[in-house]
Amino acid sequence: MVGDLEFERPAKELRNKIAELKKFMDDKGIDLSDELERLEERLEKVEKEIYGNMTPWDRVQLARHPERPTTLDYITTLFTDFLELHGDRLYGDDEAIVGGIAKFHGKPVTVIGHQRGKDTKENLRRNFGMPHPEGYRKALRLMKQAEKFNRPIVCLLDTKGAYPGMSAEERGQSEAIARNLVEMAGLTVPVICIVIGEGASGGALAIGVGNHVHMLENSWYSVISPEGAAALLWKDSTQAKRAADTMKITAPDLLDMGIIDQMVPEVEGGAHRDLPKQASLIETVLKSSLDELSKMTRDELVAHRYEKYKKIGQYTFENDSIGVK
Amino acid sequence: MLKDLFAKKRKYATIPSDRVKQDVPEGLMTKCPVCKSIMTTKELNKANKVCISCDHHFRMTAQERINLIIDQGTFNETNKGMQTENPLNFPNYLETIEKDRKKTGINEAVVTGSGDINGHSIVFAVMDAHFRMGSMGSVVGEKITRAIEVATEERKPFIIFTASGGARMQEGVLSLMQMAKTSVALKRHHEEGLLFISVMTHPTTGGVSASFASIGDYNFAEPQALIGFAGRRIIEQTIRQELPEDFQTAEFLLKHGQLDAVVHRSKMKSTLSTVLDIHQGGEE
Repeated sequence: MVGDLEFERPAKELRNKIAELKKFMDDKGIDLSDELERLEERLEKVEKEIYGNMTPWDRVQLARHPERPTTLDYITTLFTDFLELHGDRLYGDDEAIVGGIAKFHGKPVTVIGHQRGKDTKENLRRNFGMPHPEGYRKALRLMKQAEKFNRPIVCLLDTKGAYPGMSAEERGQSEAIARNLVEMAGLTVPVICIVIGEGASGGALAIGVGNHVHMLENSWYSVISPEGAAALLWKDSTQAKRAADTMKITAPDLLDMGIIDQMVPEVEGGAHRDLPKQASLIETVLKSSLDELSKMTRDELVAHRYEKYKKIGQYTFENDSIGVK
Repeated sequence: MLKDLFAKKRKYATIPSDRVKQDVPEGLMTKCPVCKSIMTTKELNKANKVCISCDHHFRMTAQERINLIIDQGTFNETNKGMQTENPLNFPNYLETIEKDRKKTGINEAVVTGSGDINGHSIVFAVMDAHFRMGSMGSVVGEKITRAIEVATEERKPFIIFTASGGARMQEGVLSLMQMAKTSVALKRHHEEGLLFISVMTHPTTGGVSASFASIGDYNFAEPQALIGFAGRRIIEQTIRQELPEDFQTAEFLLKHGQLDAVVHRSKMKSTLSTVLDIHQGGEE
């Protein structure tokens, strides 16, 4: 199988053994079901062991799995009547971000997400899911459209970061991201953001200022990629694993810190193992989020977002008992 | 000849060595890193830390900036007792913070407060690149947010002087979220029809460039200030070509439509004052 990961190896070996044994039984007509049962029990135990004790770095690997479902995979399974809408009306159409209108449980929504490619050819077209300013401006255009027509907005986050290139700088990458943050703050419709894979820095946050922010169990979200953090902090990008362990970037970490609202459980072994099942797990969380937020008035939604972000941060005052060491 | 009777005084060419440079008493003279001319520090300070021969704008501390821009005796500092924590338990993080506190005399990489500019009452924030490169963690984000909230409450203009390498790595995703926090506060200030001016100074990059710095009602910058989203080295590695000399300077941004004006330090106060005056025109 493509993209088997190092930490999964013991399970993979057992799976192969079981397949071999089954084939042997079929071929020779010998009943070894006792042995088979034992192996299957062991596999279950090993899988529980592996997937129950994943390190942050293991999760990063899963988040980057080449077969991991992308925004468009979820759009086509979670929504009906999706119509993709292109372009920022200013410069071009950035395919690193997709967006459009659709229905969720029969109700209209606007859905936007980072889109990486599934193969090299598509990745080149989609710039590996790393948007230029026109991508963020397209996203903002669709959000404003959603607001005008009172549609909730669903954003799916999955990017290694905003594209660091000359043309991106010339066209105002900083301004495009900054503008989205401020404009998303004021949207008078429900905004739900779900990190489905990688959530790197301002490039992710630029479509991530929501009333509710959720993360898939094996996604990550941080101020910088583990590689970038390692390069900056220890001048050595090969220390990415250490950075992943230190930086608190996984869904359980962000849930602990109160930055995300819910962790969406993943299919054992990662979302790519069962897309329909994974989509239904997301659907449950999205549905309850939408139901909750749909009860709020326009003003309440804006105030709710204000309060959510206002309380993020850790600091004390000089005279507080905790104090600085 | 007569002069041959006297012992010849040999002339040596003097080549300045590193040792000689070190022999100049620390702080008395300053060498411009751009044009290499040497001037007395006193002269430089009198010129508001702008090189007297090439106009290079030296870095300013927050206090120096406040002295330059805010009317004497009107500055009231807020939240100077706010303290940094170590949310990721990052080794030595608080020790480095403490070191910079001692070095700079400020509690974090931004100073906030209220004051007047030629009699116009404003709320402002001044970032200081001498403190952890002006990077934004929880305290910087919170101080700026609170300053914006005061401005909204008191219906005053908000002015920020940015100087920052971006989000602070050592506070991880909490630093990233400060971009969102300051943005929700700015949106509320904006919705009240209040004025927000961003003055970008050297350097303004990363998460600070990609949040409040870039979205003033007026975006000004000091000459030659480095302003950009991604670092030059990262871009060069990504696109595998050399970047133009003026890439990501204030002048580059002006050319590409990202700034309202590049303003010389000596004109900054009067420029801000003009904007404030025009905005208060209806009320007087």
